[in-house]
Amino acid sequence: MMDSSFNAIVPMVCVTLAALASMGAEAFRARGENLPIGGLGIVGLLGAAAAAVLLWDRNAASFGVIVADNFGLFVTLVLVAVGVLTIMFSSPVVSRDGLPKGDYYALILFSIVGMIMMATANDLLVVFIALEILSIGVYVLTGIRRDDPRATEAAFKYFLLGAFSSAFFLYGIAFTYGLSGSTRLDRVGAFLAAQALSDNPLILVGLAFLLVGFAFKISAVPFHMWTPDAYEGAPAIVTGFMSTGVKAAAFAAFARVFLSAFEPFSGEWAPMVWLLAAATMILGTVVGVAQSNLKRMLAYSSIAHGGYLLVGLVAANDIGKAAILFYLAAYAVTNLAAFGVIALLGSRDAANDELRDYAGLWQTRPALAALMTVCLLSLGGLPPTAGFIGKWYIFSAAVSAGYYGLAIIGVLTSVISVFFYLRVVVMMYMAERPAALAVPAPASRVGMAALAVSIVVIFALGVLPTPVLNLAAASIATIF
Amino acid sequence: MMLTLSWVLPLAGALALLLVGNADGRRDGVIRWATLVVSAATLAVTLAIWAGFNGASSEFQFVERVPWIPAFGIDYYLGVDGVSLLLLVLTAFLTPIALLSSWGSIERKVKEFSIFMLALEAAMIGVFISLDLFLFYVFWDAMLVPMYFLIGIWGYDQRIYAAIKFMLYTMAGSVLMLVAILGLAWLHYDATGSYSFDLLRLYTLEIAPETQRWFFLAFTVAFAIKVPLFPFHTWLPDAHVQAPTAGSVILAGVLLKMGAYGLLRFSFPLFPEAAAYFAPTLALLAVIGIIYGALVAMVQPDMKKLVAYSSVSHLGFVVLGICAMNVQGVEGAIYQMLAHGVSTGGLFLLVGMLSDRRHTRLISEFGGLKAIMPRLTAVFMIITLASIGLPGLNGFIGEFLIMLGAFRWNPRFVVFAGLGVILSAVYMLWMFQRVYYGEVTHEENTRLPDLRPREWAAAVPLCAMAVVMGVFPTLFLRPMESSVEALIARVQARQNLRVERVEQPQSPTPNSQYANSQVRSCGVGCWELEESVR
Repeated sequence: MMDSSFNAIVPMVCVTLAALASMGAEAFRARGENLPIGGLGIVGLLGAAAAAVLLWDRNAASFGVIVADNFGLFVTLVLVAVGVLTIMFSSPVVSRDGLPKGDYYALILFSIVGMIMMATANDLLVVFIALEILSIGVYVLTGIRRDDPRATEAAFKYFLLGAFSSAFFLYGIAFTYGLSGSTRLDRVGAFLAAQALSDNPLILVGLAFLLVGFAFKISAVPFHMWTPDAYEGAPAIVTGFMSTGVKAAAFAAFARVFLSAFEPFSGEWAPMVWLLAAATMILGTVVGVAQSNLKRMLAYSSIAHGGYLLVGLVAANDIGKAAILFYLAAYAVTNLAAFGVIALLGSRDAANDELRDYAGLWQTRPALAALMTVCLLSLGGLPPTAGFIGKWYIFSAAVSAGYYGLAIIGVLTSVISVFFYLRVVVMMYMAERPAALAVPAPASRVGMAALAVSIVVIFALGVLPTPVLNLAAASIATIF
Repeated sequence: MMLTLSWVLPLAGALALLLVGNADGRRDGVIRWATLVVSAATLAVTLAIWAGFNGASSEFQFVERVPWIPAFGIDYYLGVDGVSLLLLVLTAFLTPIALLSSWGSIERKVKEFSIFMLALEAAMIGVFISLDLFLFYVFWDAMLVPMYFLIGIWGYDQRIYAAIKFMLYTMAGSVLMLVAILGLAWLHYDATGSYSFDLLRLYTLEIAPETQRWFFLAFTVAFAIKVPLFPFHTWLPDAHVQAPTAGSVILAGVLLKMGAYGLLRFSFPLFPEAAAYFAPTLALLAVIGIIYGALVAMVQPDMKKLVAYSSVSHLGFVVLGICAMNVQGVEGAIYQMLAHGVSTGGLFLLVGMLSDRRHTRLISEFGGLKAIMPRLTAVFMIITLASIGLPGLNGFIGEFLIMLGAFRWNPRFVVFAGLGVILSAVYMLWMFQRVYYGEVTHEENTRLPDLRPREWAAAVPLCAMAVVMGVFPTLFLRPMESSVEALIARVQARQNLRVERVEQPQSPTPNSQYANSQVRSCGVGCWELEESVR
């Protein structure tokens, strides 16, 4: 009988084993032998999902620093979905672009381990370690195409700014530790609750540093500078993975730290996050309008979506917390599927991610065009898709907390965002395909299967959201 | 189940078409017929609903209610009353006609066109039968997508600009309504401890007058853009002109009615006090729209644009009737909506036929068509007269009732609105004269064919409806009567309640005093509620 204190880390262990297995498989495979390494990763991820389901409602904790409460498990399940879809979308890309198979999947899986750890960490230092685990994996993934100068540049920029933000975060942890004598969130929370009325400026300094650190990771304006470059330079599917997985993990930790430990100081940070949210939504959409590269446009769109998630954080009521979870799930699937389409349309020599490459796609690849349209409409928040329910949930949180201003900024920016999503649709459906444009190769079966799954999820969450809404609502009950 | 059937049927048709392979266009004919059959079946369903409708009752009928998102009190909640019943039938009536009109003009991507038309029909029907605000909003927004594609793919030269403008204008208005809907649900939570998007329950919510005004504005701007009320109308000429004929018929025939329907169903009864406060402003904008639309229509060289601006003018009457909030005004407004759907839908259809033949819509390119196509001329004549409001045809009843109602509310508006009636005769008849009478100025016009059987099938029902609505108005007025009375009573009751309450010596702010003086002036006209049009 295993010590029950290991229970909470079982999901991570599953994914880690899969990652090690894929490294081993790569090391021992004969030259030219084609091993189903991606399949190994999926098995590990499904194991993590099964463990997460079994741990549901048990509030397992390991070593006092990892807690598998329902909140963490919900995010874990989202991350598993992100991982499975990423691997499915990657499988045609990896063989097409000649990426090192074992390394690629191992890096994805290790990043997911970091993300799950971040979502379930109950200690600031563990959050930091998790952040580093996931970041290092993602830095390498960004530059995995070594023959591509843009990817290398993106990886380097991402690495420098990421290291910079980690320093902020670490500094914030140091201040918090210096004041409260602990990095455990429950102890920090207890200390801060006792200090709630004090005006010790050091608490605010620590708070501000942590806020900046998180803001970098979720690319909130004005800490978003690295995002467009990194997202544009990385391979499309890696961008999809970063913009969903990293964001989900960072938001989970952000919400956990700020809504539990720093809850007593919400009067101090709520106005700051309000500003961040408003600036993020506005800048993300307004600058997105001016983009002609689809990946860059979706980079700005994902910045804007971070802003919507921040609205839920500002609202800080039960609806807001559950809304963050639901929105993360809806956004992760939708955004990943959109990047999946971009990845499937690329080729080894050309990324085909300029807007004009999509001209008349409807004529040559009607199914891909239709699926892309559904993703874009969901990102724009049109019913009956997951994105609509997500936005509705977020804005109802803002309205019920009295933040009408944020809700109005949110809905208006989502109209602007619809404008640029529609530009893609216009290209695909209403522009003639130039004769010079090569017909994209038929998409692989695995990739199409992943898209089909995503589309089903997008519509399912849009039409019958109740089960997931209830799950999200139940998840927040355990910690906050 | 009938109501669910009425919107699921076209949607199921659209989904079934998705599975049909038609890459080479070989199955175009089958797809056209199948689409027509599905829309005809939908019409049959709505007619059955009308047949089973009890006009004596003001209650919602054919009610269906299933919990949808219970945590937020969102239900799948459908029902029709006298206000929505005929609009539902109108939607199902115009869709097959629009489809028939597309048989000659839509040559490419027939399958996709049919899918979007059916999806559009499903969403439009959903808008009219939803009694849950959330459900209503879902249909309201979902409707934009197929319309966007219809304009953007099958439209004329400026289609992309028009499609995007249509989408963004409408969305900009409707998202503010979304915030207001969320706010309403929150107010309900505040008052009762549970969220609700149930329209009937929200009707009974007590909302402070100050809050009401914000909410009223958020709802009304969304609807005013859709109507479109001056000065929110600028998307309309673009969208109507650039859309393919079928799209224009549906836009003019149904989509514009949704704005007016929204005012009647949501803005006025949900926020009666704010409605009384803003009604004179709305009526003023409506009257400006009536005259402005007519004047701009008069100088249009393009027939389609002329008809588009005439819609601005005609819909101004509808809003005026709604603002009057008495039986004649509201019944007239609904009647005018139906009449406008038939006659302007018909005008777009006929202009589309001309444009299919000559590939131009400029009035100056035509002339003397009467000798070449006598049958088309006759049909065009009937619809033109119906649009002008000639007694004995459908347009007359609505405009007459609206002016009667508005006169009892505030005669000043009627003076100017009456001017709009005269102007509409001017621009329509002048256009008719230039196109059909006189000499044949363009040689190529002499070879234009007259109505084809398929076009007869589309035009005859519209002409017949124009006559029937003009001669037997009671057929259409009777089902709406008790619902309209109930609606007005609901609005009035809360306005009068407010008046009494403020008349107690508690110091009202200057603003609310103004509001209540408006209430009273409205109230006076409405005391004679019992008197009915019959």
